[in-house]
Amino acid sequence: MQNLVIPIIYLISAVFFILGLKQLSHPRTAPKGNRTASIGMLLAIVATLLNNQILDFQSIFIAILIGSAIGAILAKRVEMTSMPQLVALFNGFGGAASLLVATAEFYRADLLPIFIFFIITLSILIGSVTFSGSFIAFLKLQGIMRGSPVQFKGQHIFNGLLVLLIIFSSVYGHLNPLQTNNMFLITIGVSLLLGILFVLPIGGADMPVVISLLNSFSGLAACATGFVIQNDALIISGSLVGASGIILTDIMCKGMNRTIWNVLFAGVGSTDVNIDSTQLDPMKSIKSYEPEDTVVIFENAKQVVIVPGYGLAVAQAQHMVHELQKLLEQKGVSVKYAIHPVAGRMPGHMNVLLAEANVPYDSLYDLDQINPEFEETDVTLVIGANDVVNPAARHDTNSPIFGMPILDVDKSQTVFVLKRSMNPGFAGIENELFYKDNTIMIFGDAKDTVSKLVSELK
Amino acid sequence: MTGQLLIEIYVFVLAVFVGFEVISKVPPTLHTPLMSGSNAISGITIVGAILATGSMPGTISATLGMIAIVLAMVNVVGGFMVTGRMLRMFKK
Repeated sequence: MQNLVIPIIYLISAVFFILGLKQLSHPRTAPKGNRTASIGMLLAIVATLLNNQILDFQSIFIAILIGSAIGAILAKRVEMTSMPQLVALFNGFGGAASLLVATAEFYRADLLPIFIFFIITLSILIGSVTFSGSFIAFLKLQGIMRGSPVQFKGQHIFNGLLVLLIIFSSVYGHLNPLQTNNMFLITIGVSLLLGILFVLPIGGADMPVVISLLNSFSGLAACATGFVIQNDALIISGSLVGASGIILTDIMCKGMNRTIWNVLFAGVGSTDVNIDSTQLDPMKSIKSYEPEDTVVIFENAKQVVIVPGYGLAVAQAQHMVHELQKLLEQKGVSVKYAIHPVAGRMPGHMNVLLAEANVPYDSLYDLDQINPEFEETDVTLVIGANDVVNPAARHDTNSPIFGMPILDVDKSQTVFVLKRSMNPGFAGIENELFYKDNTIMIFGDAKDTVSKLVSELK
Repeated sequence: MTGQLLIEIYVFVLAVFVGFEVISKVPPTLHTPLMSGSNAISGITIVGAILATGSMPGTISATLGMIAIVLAMVNVVGGFMVTGRMLRMFKK
């Protein structure tokens, strides 16, 4: 009877995960989806505890309590701006858990069949890379480690040799029973080193891609563990997460017009581009207004589009921007937000930051939805965004960002750009938008400027 | 044994397709909660961790399993809670 009940509960829990993810397709049903998935997890845990192989319940419950307490504290305390770090940390924990389970499985059996041995090695490799790689990503995102790429000569060849070493140690360990344990430890150590060396050369600006990819790895690690312990619940859930991470990685890469290989291996961001502002073309001139000069333009607008970049979150201006939105809407102006795929530090990050400031989700538009609307937009307000609104990406084949999908803000009647100074953005590229006839710069701290706008409009 | 492995590979391949179908329908607005939520789901490793801890008391495997339970549970509870916290912020 038990042989039948447990797998059926696992199947039900897998169905709950799929239904939960399905309900995540709309903000209205998403909270329900999250609950559905968590019930699925509860079922899987209960089913496992029903297994009659389990003798020691005390250790299990102690560990569950400790883990739950830590998880709850982290979830309650985290700031929304720090979500990328938290996700990196969770990815790392998932990888480490899979690594430990595979290791435990290795020590349990005396003689492993060849394919189980192979799968354990694979599980160790994915788990280790996810763990140590996520840890480095966490350090970079948290600012404990410098975001710039760390590279050395022959790095790719060295990494290739490490992979060969992993293959060698696992094969050698399998063929020589006396050396199995030593070789196994070498496999773990080298895999961990590979994870570190894999993330070190990737620049801070590319971290959204990396955490998406590591998210996928954490799923694949669970999946590999599922093959090791021959459990379909792990295989199904792991594949779902693996697929999710791959999709997000792809979206992030497309948002930057880069291939995954370019992100992982090119070390972009290593050369510091310093543009001396005195060297700028003297023929080019910019227009600069004070916030109070703009009121008439706002009041006569029918549609205003706000383009938030990460600079907006850094200045903590989200709440002020929402105030501005409410005020404009009271005056009969339609207000929309244009969200570029790489606007935040992880997929969908900007949307969460705006939602936290009570901005309704139906005023958030993604790139494809909003681009056709700029021609009918009277005022576009760019706050803390730079490269994602640079028209050079459309036509300047020499520009490093050529081909990147951008928000066509320059097509609107008037563009206000809120910026601290004329310093170039993350990629160190000059932005020709600032010199266009319909562009007006408003210099200063984003939060100050927006609050001045709000008080002027009142 | 090989039959079992083959079935697992079937399950894996089909689940990947289901994953792509379901997740490609999640709108960009919800991509961060999707990530933290799928993080919680990857905590399913807890199943393996519980089996390793409970079935071999006193062994090195049990100790490793116990650490794995703690880590996986941080993922599960932390992941679902933070996802819930974010999703409650999304208002019409």
